Amino acid sequence: MNTAAATPQTHKPAAGGREEFAHDITGTVGRPFLEGKNTKFFCRGVNVFYTGDKQAIYDVSVDIGRNEVIAMIGPSGCGKSTFLRCLNRMNDTIAGCRVTGEINLDGEDIHAKEQDPVLLRARVGMVFQKPNPFPKSIYDNVAYGPRLHGLAANRAELDDIVEQSLTKAGLFKEVKDRLQTPGTGLSGGQQQRLCIARTIAVSPEVILMDEPTSALDPIATATIEELIDELRQSFTICIVTHSMQQAARISQRTAYFHLGKLVEVNDTKTVFTNPQHQLTENYITGRFG
Amino acid sequence: MSTLGILLTLLALTAFSYFIGRKRSLAVATRSKRGGNNLHSLPGYYGYLVAVWCGIPALVILLLWSGLSDSIITQMTLAHLPAELQNQSGDQVSLISNQIRNLVANGIETANDPAMKVAAEEYSRLQTISSMAKTVMVLVVAIAGFAVGMRFIKPSTRARNQVERVIQYTMILCAAIAILTTVGIVMSVLFESVRFFGEVPATDFLFGTHWSPQTAIRADQVGGSGSFGAIPLFVGTLLISAIALLIAVPLGLMSAIYLSEYASPFMRAYIKPALEILAGIPTVVYGFFAALTVAPFIRDMGAAIGLNVASESALAAGVVMGVMIIPFMSSLSDDVINAVPQAMRDGSYGMGATKSETIKQVVLPAALPGIVGAFLLAASRAIGETMIVVMAAGLSANLTVNPLEAVTTVTVQIVTLLTGDQEFDSAKTLAAFALGLALFVVTLILNILALHIVRKYREQYE
Repeated sequence: MNTAAATPQTHKPAAGGREEFAHDITGTVGRPFLEGKNTKFFCRGVNVFYTGDKQAIYDVSVDIGRNEVIAMIGPSGCGKSTFLRCLNRMNDTIAGCRVTGEINLDGEDIHAKEQDPVLLRARVGMVFQKPNPFPKSIYDNVAYGPRLHGLAANRAELDDIVEQSLTKAGLFKEVKDRLQTPGTGLSGGQQQRLCIARTIAVSPEVILMDEPTSALDPIATATIEELIDELRQSFTICIVTHSMQQAARISQRTAYFHLGKLVEVNDTKTVFTNPQHQLTENYITGRFG
Repeated sequence: MSTLGILLTLLALTAFSYFIGRKRSLAVATRSKRGGNNLHSLPGYYGYLVAVWCGIPALVILLLWSGLSDSIITQMTLAHLPAELQNQSGDQVSLISNQIRNLVANGIETANDPAMKVAAEEYSRLQTISSMAKTVMVLVVAIAGFAVGMRFIKPSTRARNQVERVIQYTMILCAAIAILTTVGIVMSVLFESVRFFGEVPATDFLFGTHWSPQTAIRADQVGGSGSFGAIPLFVGTLLISAIALLIAVPLGLMSAIYLSEYASPFMRAYIKPALEILAGIPTVVYGFFAALTVAPFIRDMGAAIGLNVASESALAAGVVMGVMIIPFMSSLSDDVINAVPQAMRDGSYGMGATKSETIKQVVLPAALPGIVGAFLLAASRAIGETMIVVMAAGLSANLTVNPLEAVTTVTVQIVTLLTGDQEFDSAKTLAAFALGLALFVVTLILNILALHIVRKYREQYE
């Protein structure tokens, strides 16, 4: 399909600054594509434009595998969050934003006319950078999605979904005695786990996480990271992170974005020990970013 | 010299002392090693400091003298009056002092009573002395202040900090004037109301169901005995306000939701100002719109379906008042809806909620305290609104909740009680103050509640 996938190429011009290499990004190096049936997301030639034809993402092609954690790293403004938001069409909610290219979820084009972005977002859940619990009780926060989509036939089933989701998010023990208190009263780390519980309550297939720990302290971060590792059993997880250690700790594959282009995708271990592209190496060794 | 002349002279002196002070500070300064000079503050601050010393004490003296001199002079003149004129009632004394002032203004020669002529001459003599003394006093204080201020000009004086403090006190003074005025208004309403409640028991006023304030002014008149049961007015006010809010709250809230959630920037740029134009229409225009267009329309509509509608119905006044309050409600709600963080909406969209589900279940609950605040402010606006109801609601105090009948409101009755020739100590006019007090208390409570709720809500997201 693509030569890059077949024969990993080495592409290392002389070391230098960030802008000097921008023109060197001719295609994605490493192993962006997965052969076989384990592909969850199939993205080819994705471009994103904001108002006034300002292009945020250039021709991104990548596969995301089933039940894998893929980390997206890169300097600020490189388009990794924008790409993440393409995957559940959250960019539709931004006025003037336009997405081109092909994105398939389990072989279905998510931009097809018959696709309902609202239902797509139930299949592809999202956790945001800042914990954003709704101004409701803990119970109602988790029950929000199931109620919207009619997932529970009666109160007992709903109770069950809420309990299971909170348990999966590792929060149930801490909050089981105060399910009716406001979700905004929890600590930052608990709020973020509440948001994760809220997301998994609608049983999505994929969870997108946009820097989910950047507003949290190290202990809360560690809890969330353990949680992500467990969630991998049942969900595909795409996580945007600014912390390279975090990417190395929790992901199986890592994608490096630079100035709106996808520079390198590979197994996390390879990216961090033997980067193929000079830009990736510069970034992970801390020369910029 | 006239007060205006003194004021202008003082102003010139103050400006002059600013320049002298500034110049003087530069003269006493020595160059410092770091560049610039060794003054603590910029030269301008020393100028301001001298100007403050020169201007403010003198200004205070001027104001006090102008305010108090007249009553002191009057007292002194009255003390010189013959004994038979002195021992009079308070009303007579104020009448005499007014006569004296008129004599002085119109020429003393016109006086008929020799005693009054003497008094007027005495008054005019004292006035001249006072005016001269005032001029001298103010100028002396200004010059003395200038001298004191000049003594402060040395590099170690923290002129900048002192000027800062003067500015702070000036601001406090301005705020105090606004607050004291409010207190003054409340006090005057309160005292007149107490006088009213001396004549009419408070329980009759608050719980009486019959309102007919016409009292006989002279003993030989055949007038109503006057009954001051304010319940019909309160009910009428509530009825019209309720109709207004029933119109304004849904329409205002929905347009706010449309503006903040659905409208494109282009639509918003046109619709928001268009809505705010409604707030700019004078209420008197709304008033005749209600009286001449809406009320007959409602009456005809009622007649067409066989209802008997009064020509000045509560419905007409309420509907027009509701339209008037729409922009109030919509722009306040728009603000609180916009204050709901985008993250909250994103969270809901990310769960697979549609726009209207997000608004209904996340945005509105989050904005609810602010919306309640907006509602209460709109309600206090409706209760206090006068012009529309004066023109479109009736005068007859019917105790009814039927919106098709004519009712009257507290504000309408205050207007009718106080317009025209009135005797200002009859129960009839004093009733206006009691009504005003009731109105004030209700709107104050609503405003405090609203501000409290709005403030509590703001803290949540900041």
